[in-house]
Amino acid sequence: MDLDPTLVVIIGVLLLTLLGGLVAGGRRRGGGPDDRAERGPGGSTALRERDEAPPDLDERPDLEVLPEVPETPEELLAPPVPVEELTLAERFRRRLSRTRNVFGASVADLFGRGVTEEAWEGLEEALIGADVGVTATMEIVEELRRRSREEGATTGPAVLELLKQELRAQLGSGDRSLARASDAGPTVWLVTGVNGTGKTTTIGKLAAVEEREGREVVLGAADTFRAAAAEQLGIWAERTGAELVRKGEGADPASVAYAAYEVAEERTADLLIVDTAGRLHNKRELMDELGKVKRVLEKLAGPLEETLLVLDATTGQNGIAQATAFLQAVDVSGIVLTKLDGSSKGGIVLAVQRELDLPVKLVGLGEDIEDLAPFDPDLFVDGLFSDLEV
Amino acid sequence: MFDTLASKLEAALDKVKGRGRLDDKTVDATLREIRLALLEADVNFKVVRGIVERLREQLVGEEVAKALNPAQQVIKAVDAELTRALGGEAVALTLTGKPAVIMLAGLQGSGKTTAAGKLAKLLKSKGRHPMLVACDLQRPAAVQQLRINAERAGVHVYAPVTSGDPVPVARDAIGKARETGCDVVIVDTAGRLHVDDEMLAQARAIREVVDAGETLFVIDAMIGQEAVNVAKAFQDQVGFDGVILSKLDGDARGGAALSVREVTGTPIKFASIGEKLEDFEAFHPDRMASRILGMGDVMTLIEKAESTYSEAEAADAEAAIMSGQFTLEDFLQQMQMLKRMGPLQGLLGMLPGMGKQLKDIDVDDRQVARIEAIIRSMTPQERQDPRVLNGRRRKRIAAGSGTTVTEVNRLVKQFDQVQKVMKSAAKMAGQQGAKPKGVKGARAQAAAVRQMQQQLGGGGPAGLGGFSGLQPAPKRGKR
Repeated sequence: MDLDPTLVVIIGVLLLTLLGGLVAGGRRRGGGPDDRAERGPGGSTALRERDEAPPDLDERPDLEVLPEVPETPEELLAPPVPVEELTLAERFRRRLSRTRNVFGASVADLFGRGVTEEAWEGLEEALIGADVGVTATMEIVEELRRRSREEGATTGPAVLELLKQELRAQLGSGDRSLARASDAGPTVWLVTGVNGTGKTTTIGKLAAVEEREGREVVLGAADTFRAAAAEQLGIWAERTGAELVRKGEGADPASVAYAAYEVAEERTADLLIVDTAGRLHNKRELMDELGKVKRVLEKLAGPLEETLLVLDATTGQNGIAQATAFLQAVDVSGIVLTKLDGSSKGGIVLAVQRELDLPVKLVGLGEDIEDLAPFDPDLFVDGLFSDLEV
Repeated sequence: MFDTLASKLEAALDKVKGRGRLDDKTVDATLREIRLALLEADVNFKVVRGIVERLREQLVGEEVAKALNPAQQVIKAVDAELTRALGGEAVALTLTGKPAVIMLAGLQGSGKTTAAGKLAKLLKSKGRHPMLVACDLQRPAAVQQLRINAERAGVHVYAPVTSGDPVPVARDAIGKARETGCDVVIVDTAGRLHVDDEMLAQARAIREVVDAGETLFVIDAMIGQEAVNVAKAFQDQVGFDGVILSKLDGDARGGAALSVREVTGTPIKFASIGEKLEDFEAFHPDRMASRILGMGDVMTLIEKAESTYSEAEAADAEAAIMSGQFTLEDFLQQMQMLKRMGPLQGLLGMLPGMGKQLKDIDVDDRQVARIEAIIRSMTPQERQDPRVLNGRRRKRIAAGSGTTVTEVNRLVKQFDQVQKVMKSAAKMAGQQGAKPKGVKGARAQAAAVRQMQQQLGGGGPAGLGGFSGLQPAPKRGKR
């Protein structure tokens, strides 16, 4: 139906205003205003004040560049292990099989008894169970049914082969390498994501790999919100020999990013990786803040080489909302899929790739530094069925 | 994306309206939609199967009350079933022992350290003396993070080491708590994978050595289908007595809550609902049920409204609208307020029953800006009483706001119409009963809201079913 936008706006504003009235009414009827702020004895007032973000430290010359720490742990001083293609493939497979993977096995089992209606339904459940999502699952299964009919794939193995092809096709074939600067300045990677997905850890691992390959790395601690976030990044900097640029807690993240770029440029570093505070994608002010960090960086550095979104492999369908919001706010260029070493299949990346065409560039397969690997869609799909091939 | 379960169910149940009973075929169609909605909300597929079967038993042969919309009736049943499955009432902590010991466990990044600080703050506000214990010796700076959280919450912290074996730290903490006079010990542990037997054994060892009276499993509200495996593994190998659902301030539907509750039978005790230490509260199963079903995000909207409006402001606006004295000036002010809450279309999408109508219309902020410009080009007198607007004035306003006279006309006319509807709705509802003022006011508002939604073309009773989500609002004040 055709509605006049003016009417929608008028009614919308009134509706929402009324809702505000209902809320206030609720509070009145509930007996007094929300007492969260007032609760507690006098002593807690001071503490509350501490809760507020400290004043902006923008103008203060408190930039700390931690000196390179001499006592880097022994094991990290060991010569870098050359990363061979074979090693990676094996690692991928080994890690994924550690996931107590029941996906491939259960699907194979289903079709082992023939291509039946039951088997198709089982496949549907297996895909949904892998967080691929209902819509994507329905479409994939529909397509497989069609192909199996048309191509006469009537045996279990034939259908499995089609399934692998289909999953592989869903992952697309874009460029998955991390972009580097072609001009003189340092390469800049901005790392974003919701809370607790593993941004700081991912940066630590990235820094380790880059340093090992002989690049000079600067880390910008633009997560000025979470307690001890800069310390956490600082420990990674010490471990890997990267430079850390930080400011006090509560400082403007954009100003940290700015300072970090200046340091990176001054030292002619090869790479600047900027850590940001975890933020839920539905919080507008926080997403705006992130947008500002990127804009400020780009003013100095020109277009960023990478803006990465770190996505937890255990994430369910909310992953799509996350990716959509971050894409809109900072034009994400690629995804880092972390924590793939649990039993999660990370099926959400299929949905994200399908709907937003965002390529997964890196995967986190474990806690060791070596466990951050370039994403290989063939291995990923093979990995889902790995126990079958052994 | 805005398609609500309500509108889908309405379609599925359209034919049975007034037919008496729900037959098998209708129930099948209905359950299919419910199944999809639950799966999209990340409820585990095995759990969904159980819920759908239980619902089938309830629904087949059920009488369709004549007065009710069948879709609304089904939603009520689903809502009740989910609320029941989520645990019905909120369950309190059991704090026994001197000191009482609470241990937190979960996957990496689920929010344990943050939850520890929040829980300490909450307990302190209830007159307890909590002590935080740093047993996450894995993640860099986790100990430091806990220390800062303790300082912010104003509680003791025991964090003797930053690396090594956490079990002795946990053991010593109990004695330390007695020495310092703390009566609750909250043990933060390292995040661990549910497939890592060694780390799970360590968590179990910590739990045993502190004799935790309350072990809380912290899980991210955004987790997907794996929630059941994770919860099961932690339950079998570490054991827990309750669940903390973290990051509930996101927009995930949070079906994991249902999965975890179903497979472990353990109550969800707390929900973490924001970035500040205070943003932590007892879990409300009834709110969660509406959220999982995707029936409007009323609670989020209410929370946004609460943080934007002061009580007095909201009351004034409400009174003005209901009395029909709402002027363009008031309207302009309200628009400013709402802009602080976010884009209008997003806000409207959160209203139950609004999604369907709004899907095809683009209410972009530019449209809002144009209306704003028109009102701003009016004199105070014109804003108070648009009846003085003659042709010349309208032309001036159009020129001043960079719009056309047609647009000015449209705004004035529609504003007038809406206001009339509001007035009659308020009057109607006002006559319905001689209840105390507060209740009557709320009913009048609800009636007005319904009128307006209908004006927007639909909204129907099924959509309004979601308005039951408004009911918890008064409870908030009591906390």
